[in-house]
Amino acid sequence: MSIVTVQLGQCGNQIGHEVFSALCSDVRGTHGLCSKKENESYQDSCKERFFCEEESGVPVARAVLVDMEPKVISQTLSMAARSGHWRYNSHSHFCQKQGSGNNWANGYSVHGPRHKEAIMNLVQKEAEKCDRLGGFFTIMSMAGGTGSGLGAFVTQCLRDAFPTSFILNHVVWPYGTGEVIVQNYNSVLTLSHLYHSSDALLVHENDVIHKICAQLMNIKQISFRDVNQVIAHQLGSVFQPTHTAGGGSGYSRNPLGDLMETLVPHPEFRLLGLRNIPQMPEKSLPYSAFSWPGLVKHLRQMLIANAQMEEGIDWQVRPPHPGSSIPSTNKPLHFNTSIANLVILRGKDVHSVDLGSFQDPSLYTSWLNPQDAFNAWKTPRAFNKYEKSASLVSNSQFLLKPLDSIVGKAWNMFASKAYLHQYTKFGIQEEDFLDCFTTLEQVISSYTNL
Amino acid sequence: MTQSVVVQVGQCGNQVGCRFWDLALREHAAVNKKGMYDEALSSFFRNVDTRSGDNGPDIYKGKICSLKARALLIDMEEGVVNEILQGPLRDVFDSKQLITDVSGSGNNWAVGHKIYGCQYRENIVEKLRKTAEHCDCLQCFFIIHSMGGGTGSGLGTFVLNLLEEEFPEVYRFVTSVYPSGEDDVITSPYNSVLAMKELNEHADCVLPIENESLFEIVNKIHQMINSGKLGSTVKQNSLVTSSAGSARTLQVKPFDAMNNIVANLLLNLTSSARFEGSLNMDLNEISMNLVPFPRLHYLVSSLTPLYTLADVNVPSRRLDQMFSDAFSRDHQLIQADPKHSLYLACALLVRGNVEVSDLRRNIERLKPSLHFVSWNQEGWKTGLCSIPPVGHSHSLLALANNTCVKPTFIELKDRFMKLYKKKAHLHHYLQIDGMEQSCFSEAISSLSDLIEEYNELDATKGGPRIDASRLKIAV
Repeated sequence: MSIVTVQLGQCGNQIGHEVFSALCSDVRGTHGLCSKKENESYQDSCKERFFCEEESGVPVARAVLVDMEPKVISQTLSMAARSGHWRYNSHSHFCQKQGSGNNWANGYSVHGPRHKEAIMNLVQKEAEKCDRLGGFFTIMSMAGGTGSGLGAFVTQCLRDAFPTSFILNHVVWPYGTGEVIVQNYNSVLTLSHLYHSSDALLVHENDVIHKICAQLMNIKQISFRDVNQVIAHQLGSVFQPTHTAGGGSGYSRNPLGDLMETLVPHPEFRLLGLRNIPQMPEKSLPYSAFSWPGLVKHLRQMLIANAQMEEGIDWQVRPPHPGSSIPSTNKPLHFNTSIANLVILRGKDVHSVDLGSFQDPSLYTSWLNPQDAFNAWKTPRAFNKYEKSASLVSNSQFLLKPLDSIVGKAWNMFASKAYLHQYTKFGIQEEDFLDCFTTLEQVISSYTNL
Repeated sequence: MTQSVVVQVGQCGNQVGCRFWDLALREHAAVNKKGMYDEALSSFFRNVDTRSGDNGPDIYKGKICSLKARALLIDMEEGVVNEILQGPLRDVFDSKQLITDVSGSGNNWAVGHKIYGCQYRENIVEKLRKTAEHCDCLQCFFIIHSMGGGTGSGLGTFVLNLLEEEFPEVYRFVTSVYPSGEDDVITSPYNSVLAMKELNEHADCVLPIENESLFEIVNKIHQMINSGKLGSTVKQNSLVTSSAGSARTLQVKPFDAMNNIVANLLLNLTSSARFEGSLNMDLNEISMNLVPFPRLHYLVSSLTPLYTLADVNVPSRRLDQMFSDAFSRDHQLIQADPKHSLYLACALLVRGNVEVSDLRRNIERLKPSLHFVSWNQEGWKTGLCSIPPVGHSHSLLALANNTCVKPTFIELKDRFMKLYKKKAHLHHYLQIDGMEQSCFSEAISSLSDLIEEYNELDATKGGPRIDASRLKIAV
């Protein structure tokens, strides 16, 4: 099944490009470490999922590029074409001239309706090219104007036009110390709207990835390109083909569907966090060796202690004693409760790995069986030159604190009425803001009371 | 890509404007090696096929034929504009972009605003329309003028009004040169306060500039160069005051160095809209992020570095120094000290080989020494543009919406009141058709209200941070 990617705004387009680059280079790599048959099956599956084959032999990404100003799209298209290994369809992009001015209301209420037809036409064309449409993957930031506002509008349109398809929004959360002054307003508006039309939100936080670049990747002068490449690696580790548990011998045919089914059992809980280990500079890879038990142990502790990367994990945090029914308010303070978790393992000897520790009932809320709350996908085919790679996609309290922080800051600003005139002039009124705040306070409350 | 139009009004406006166009050509020439007309150029220049005379059609792609500035030059005296038309920039403007008269405005805002405004209204509207028609997507008008005189101040703010009426969707960024205390124009306080009312009500963003600050910067550079303290040679074309490499190389005029600073300000402001970068910052984003309340749209600007040494290796310490300088009193373009006042919002636009980690590191470093208003503790807007200015490997423009503009306004009000109480020179204004006492009282009232808004914000400075209580959800 194929996935159509919609890249929205500067961030969405810059990341989208790195994602397709990473997928392509992984597929072409010779570090598969598995049988030839396995490798070919993997390559075919990846290509079908993300690329369209053309006569020239150069794979064409199944993507629609949208931005309200032309510079980024034109750069993205030309960078892809220059790689020689893949490219975008030269018609699958839509841009305007003026940008959205970091104004969510401008993106949502002005650009959205104005360009709905043109954008949805492009999406329709890409969808029709798929033999079987597996769903939509949108990439956007929530701090600016286009990715956030127009992105929220487009997600709604996708839901209306494709009511039975899966929609996964990849949302980038900005640095806490301002990239954009009104980022908290834009974030609140985006998240609350996406919550109503998307199936799930897969989140990356700039602060977290920045730390990974600084401490694990040892990059001295970190650029957005570096950040985006780490994000692309992490996304690739989730979306490249795998065998699901009961999937038989072939690669999973419905990745988005499987993801939703395993991780989003309840519509109130849609926020997904992502962790991937190990992460290190490419040149260190040949000198490192990892064991599966070590990786699994670290990943589990990262989950429990809500660690952002594999360094500096707090090993003191323990799950509450099993068996005793502890009301949620008494749970150890730093313990991260999960609703559902998905672990994805890629590489050598993957079938021997014991993931029993992830099925510990004390990790989870009581309303799902641990057998249902936890799933694992595996493939012996190594990913992106890492001999062993483990990813965790988690529907848990990972994002509770950052979300609460964003809503808190936005509320403070809202109480002083600062910047509201910029939104009301495009049709977003104070009542609309209040609705959005209410939605998110509800989400925060739900996650807090797990 | 969008286009912007520059409207330069009065002697000061036109002299600064002239330097702007000169340095803009220099900047594009440094970047655009192939001589092809590209989107970056189109933001300020048209490409005209002049083979069939001045009225040739616009060429949108392909080789550069003849570049024409998207500008309107307005002056009620002929001297300055004539000089521009006889100088090396004469081919960049055409006669259809000029509006001149002979006798000037006599340093009288009312003459500029009421008399000439009325007289030239249709002419101005027509020429503005023409310029707008040549634009695919007009985003912004830049007005350059001074506040203390008659034409720039009076007719300039008249044009501002016109722009709002005729082109309400297009942004209006105004670069205003404020008079100093020792200004030799006695009526400059009247002119400035009358103009301020218009800026309060009709501008989207105002960048106030004070000559004293420009003068101090020029002096500082002279001293550094002449004292021999600099180890290696300074790259001449990197001086923020320099015209090196531009069309005007000979016959340097007295205000040129100071005007170059303002020209560089405008170039840096628009750089991210014209050139690519990893985090673009367009003009509409500047307005969106830096103006929390409609009337508080006065932005204090600073440019660093002021010059670059010829050695190529830039250790990050020097980069960090650039960020520190941007917040120091002597780099601001008005006499103000933002560090000791209250920030409502701050924007940093970096050009050149600077990455996001450098930006973050410096924001973290400088944040503790700055005071931000309680509802905007992380009020930073950042942009990264890959193309540095001519002669530099990197540069920084800081725009602050900060209560440190208050002293400038208070002094202006004081100087106004000194004259007004005695009714000095008032008759020159009141005898003009359309001028009444109420114009003055409304203007001073508008200024007082603005000062009061800044006062209220200042009162919150240093107070306890009280977070508004959040919505409660029934579980």
